[in-house]
Amino acid sequence: MKLLNRLLPHPLLTLLLTVTWLLLVNRFSLNSLLFGFFLGLLIPVATQPYWPDRPKLKKPLKLISYLGLVIWDILVANIVVAKIVVFMPNSKRRPGWVEIPLDIRTPEAIATLGGTITMTPGTLTADISAQGRSLLVHCLHAPDPDEVRDEIKTRYEARLKEIFE
Amino acid sequence: MISDILITICVVVGGLFGLIGSYGILKLNDPMSRMHAPTKTTTLGVGGVLIGSMIHAVSYEGHVSVHEILITLFLLITAPVTANFLAKVFINQQTKPQDLPTPGACKLWATHDKPEHYAASEQPEA
Repeated sequence: MKLLNRLLPHPLLTLLLTVTWLLLVNRFSLNSLLFGFFLGLLIPVATQPYWPDRPKLKKPLKLISYLGLVIWDILVANIVVAKIVVFMPNSKRRPGWVEIPLDIRTPEAIATLGGTITMTPGTLTADISAQGRSLLVHCLHAPDPDEVRDEIKTRYEARLKEIFE
Repeated sequence: MISDILITICVVVGGLFGLIGSYGILKLNDPMSRMHAPTKTTTLGVGGVLIGSMIHAVSYEGHVSVHEILITLFLLITAPVTANFLAKVFINQQTKPQDLPTPGACKLWATHDKPEHYAASEQPEA
């Protein structure tokens, strides 16, 4: 079991790399499946020093519904931001910083939350606090910063907490 | 015929959002806001063109192309990282710790976590 752990430090990453290689080749064959699996074995071992702990997914299936929610929000975000860019005069726009205290502690969950915030309506992750306890978010147009913070915490962070912790 | 119309709609919508994204860089008036336009509108801009390309592959070349899914995936993973790095450059060069909200008990944001700011953040406490 220990040997298997050393050979496969990130089994999910191995699977993902194999699938990615097959998608890159764009045609299924045994040849590319084997080479993809070879890359999937090699890359996790080579990059293990930079990513020592294996992330635990408590509820992997919830990740799919989370992905659907984020894709929908990205569509809405595009339209909202396009409207602000085209129709709202700069003098009426209220840009600002929002601080989001974090309840999640897993690095992978915080990274996912940061990425989600950047891709969704009018918000952009700018920085993390020195000890990783809160995120600094910039809003394109936020008349009410507290509302933005509460929405991110209930809509995304609560779901990520369920998935990762 | 129907696929032609679908491809046209996807490509035109994609192009339109790409244009709005570029226009946003010109129109918005502060560096942080300017970053919102390209990171968001271009995802649908590129996404529209890629969906059009996938429909084209199915209807004209007769096979399913998955390269577009990969491009979308890579784009979704890399766009937030680029935005984060640009924001960090801005924070590092043009802001001081007192310009930003205080991050709870940590006192400093990661980009400001360097010796010249230690004194500034400790003063209000003393």
